[in-house]
Amino acid sequence: MPRSVTPWEVKRKLIIKAEDETNPRYGCKPEERTANDYIKFGVINLDKPAGPTSHEVAAWVKRILKIRNIGHGGTLEA
Amino acid sequence: MTGVLPVTLEESRKIVQALLLSGKEYICVMKLHGEVPIERVKAVLTEFEDTIYQRPPLRASVKRQLRTRKIYYIDLLEIEGRNVLFKVGCEGGTYIRKLCYDIGEALGCGAHMQELRRTRAGPFIEEEGIVTLHDVAYWFMEWQKNRDDTILKKFIQPMENALALVPKIYIRDSAVDAICHGANLTAPGVLSIETEIANGSTVAIFTLKGEAVALATAEASTEEILSMEHGVVAKTRRVLMPRGTYPKCWKSGEI
Repeated sequence: MPRSVTPWEVKRKLIIKAEDETNPRYGCKPEERTANDYIKFGVINLDKPAGPTSHEVAAWVKRILKIRNIGHGGTLEA
Repeated sequence: MTGVLPVTLEESRKIVQALLLSGKEYICVMKLHGEVPIERVKAVLTEFEDTIYQRPPLRASVKRQLRTRKIYYIDLLEIEGRNVLFKVGCEGGTYIRKLCYDIGEALGCGAHMQELRRTRAGPFIEEEGIVTLHDVAYWFMEWQKNRDDTILKKFIQPMENALALVPKIYIRDSAVDAICHGANLTAPGVLSIETEIANGSTVAIFTLKGEAVALATAEASTEEILSMEHGVVAKTRRVLMPRGTYPKCWKSGEI
């Protein structure tokens, strides 16, 4: 049986439908966000240590960064 | 259990749903409860490279009803006595502990999961940009001392990176704020669109600056959307950008 294509192997192309420009006065490229916004709209690719739960690890990150809200993508058991 | 755990800060929590659904890869040590010939283990692992039925384990954070999950591949890496080391690529929400148990049942001898390391969660992999808790604490302290923003970039990534595998639709500035207010995306707002989108696919709506605006459900395929002149292209499901980032112009149509 041939190996099935994983979601991370799907190749996509971008097709233009219409041309337009973006006004530099509004918004900004993600890499150019102010430090506060960069954190606020940020994600950490964390290497979870063995022992604590995913939830506990996320809570630690929250405390380290002194932020109000945190979440994690996909529980990895303790 | 260790490995890739994407942590979403403040506003980026809104993309968690997309990460939960995304594909995962693990390296696993499975312990067999009896002697089994290697060829038999290989054969059974191949049988599990399929859509499987799985009932979430007793200690699970979801409703325990039978559901299907895709196993994209299981690569056997090593067998040493009763320990079986393999790499598995699977759909989000697959329980590897349960997978090991079920493989054990299929082998007849029983088996359990001994060790697990996640090597991929959606676009996040262990070889790229992964940081430890110690790194986070250290770099954050350094940033507080120096206020050098390049330090933040050593351990935090923009939430847009988490959407790297979600097909994208890029839209006009003039369409952005309406979507931030929960409106659906209509055809005139679309500037460009990625291939392989089907009716019902989860898509990410982006600005030309590469900022995520919202997660949405496509109402038509890539080909159909390209030929549409009016009508709803995608139903907005989760707004990611704060209202007012772009000017409100759904009355005038111009910025």
